[in-house]
Amino acid sequence: MLLTNRSKNLYQEVILDHNKNPRNYREIEHPSHFAKGNNPLCGDKLDVYLIIDDKNVVTDVSFVGDGCAISKASASIMTTLVKDKTIDEVNKLFEGFHDMATGKIEPDEDPKLRRLRAFSGVKDLPARVKCATLAWHTLDAALKNQEIISTE
Amino acid sequence: MDTVSKDTISQKRETPGRILEIRRDFPILNRQVQDKPLVYLDNGASTQMPKQVMDTINAYHEFHHSNVHRGVHQLSQEATELYEGAREKLRAFIGAASTKEVVYTSGTTESINLVANSYGLANLKKGDKILISNMEHHANIVPWYMIAKKTGAEIVVIPILDDGSLDMDALSELMDNNVRILCVNHVSNALGTVNPVKEIAKMCRDYGVITVIDGAQAVGHFPIDVVDLGVDFYAFSGHKMHGPTGVGVLYGREELLAKMEPFMGGGDMILSVSFEKIIWNELPYKFEAGTPPIAQAIGLGAAVDYLNSLDREFLESYENDLLEYATEKLKSVSGLKLVGTAPGKISLNSFVIEGVHPHDIGTILDGEGVAVRTGQHCAEPVMDRFGIPATTRASMAFYNTFEEIDALTDALLKVTELFDVTD
Ligand SMILES: Cc1ncc(COP(=O)(O)O)c(C=O)c1O
Repeated sequence: MLLTNRSKNLYQEVILDHNKNPRNYREIEHPSHFAKGNNPLCGDKLDVYLIIDDKNVVTDVSFVGDGCAISKASASIMTTLVKDKTIDEVNKLFEGFHDMATGKIEPDEDPKLRRLRAFSGVKDLPARVKCATLAWHTLDAALKNQEIISTE
Repeated sequence: MDTVSKDTISQKRETPGRILEIRRDFPILNRQVQDKPLVYLDNGASTQMPKQVMDTINAYHEFHHSNVHRGVHQLSQEATELYEGAREKLRAFIGAASTKEVVYTSGTTESINLVANSYGLANLKKGDKILISNMEHHANIVPWYMIAKKTGAEIVVIPILDDGSLDMDALSELMDNNVRILCVNHVSNALGTVNPVKEIAKMCRDYGVITVIDGAQAVGHFPIDVVDLGVDFYAFSGHKMHGPTGVGVLYGREELLAKMEPFMGGGDMILSVSFEKIIWNELPYKFEAGTPPIAQAIGLGAAVDYLNSLDREFLESYENDLLEYATEKLKSVSGLKLVGTAPGKISLNSFVIEGVHPHDIGTILDGEGVAVRTGQHCAEPVMDRFGIPATTRASMAFYNTFEEIDALTDALLKVTELFDVTD
């Protein structure tokens, strides 16, 4: 298919796959942490649920919501990455992801970002950075016990 | 691409030479985006300016620039003449009786805020109703919401039908002696619907209801005549009729404007000021506080000249052909559903594609050089009405071509292939 490189870069197989079959797409009945994310500009909405044990480890994580392929895939991949990590590790991952999405670092500079590199294409699309980071901002808000956040 | 062969419904059409000639007036249409020729289908957000308008603005800056209404010197007089000359052009353009009824504003949004504050605040009270259509842009909702909150008036929504037409039967039923103001757009920016403003205005006159018409999406597409329409207020923006941003107009019937207090205070809008007494300037200056957007107003006058120089009847029928062609072509895209199919629409197609979020569509189309708007189009109640989070909107102007519709369709077929959409 003759798509421009930019679209090919962004809509990689892994993003399309997670968009179509999002992982951990469910509610958790008794989460220890929870937040609602909202991007009023595009109407993207997603809820992030977490269970964190007394050693500060994410033992379960999930999301539900509606949004574009980028935000949905980002949420899905995020849930697969933060499971079984400590809050400290999650925070570092978020920081690295944020720096990559906004073009501050290249994905190769940080081995942690290997599975997130598909999103590095958004750095050229300022309007889409928020789509990629919405899930992470929501996760961050849940960890800080802010229940509603907006990325505008 | 093999999916293209699916397109057997519509024959390719050739764009008339007259349109190709008009396109040459718009330098921006020649540019490339991501190494592809720009296909500009976001005219609902902002239309492009012909070089005649840019040249007029440039000439003003290079030769006449000065402040208006303030100087005895040559430049100020020239600037004032050009600025007031543009007002006269706008008066004739909308068929107003007098330039006293043509108030310059920064755009539709300010025009409506002016009416809401200067008319609404003074004339509404608890128990009064403001009728607002379900297809309004936030610019014709939020100012009224703010005024309703202050006055205790009630906002009542005029529903729309499934095809995106205004529900005129429901409107008749909503009309009663408590209704004071009715707000409706002439053309919906989210759906393309053209509302029967003349009929609505007649109904309103029978009930003594003041009409506030948002004409932002109308003026660029067809000629209007405020007297024939019989409306009280009519608002529009320069940048949606091939003029510059930063300037717009509020038309108001003189009788109403004369009784209204100013919206903003400052220079130019007063006849005399002392700390004991202030006398408002005459119409329309009473509503134009401070240094106005002079170059922009003059540019808007040039846009009026430009539109007048074209055969608008021909352009209207050409835009109808474009719409018909686009509507037919879009049928070849799997999973695509139009939102807004009212008869007599302007050349605008809003749509959703099953399983693909409009933002992804917008990004992929942009990669193909095709500029469309995606999102809620500042009309969230419309999205709620149709139970969708957002749409993709291809909004055309008279300079768009059949080939550009083909480019749009081809780009959409890439979207459905990438996202594996099937009917
Ligand atoms: C129907 C309608 N009303 C109002 C507006 C607001 O116009 P402006 O932003 O120029 O004030 C728009 C522009 O998007 C519109 O389409």
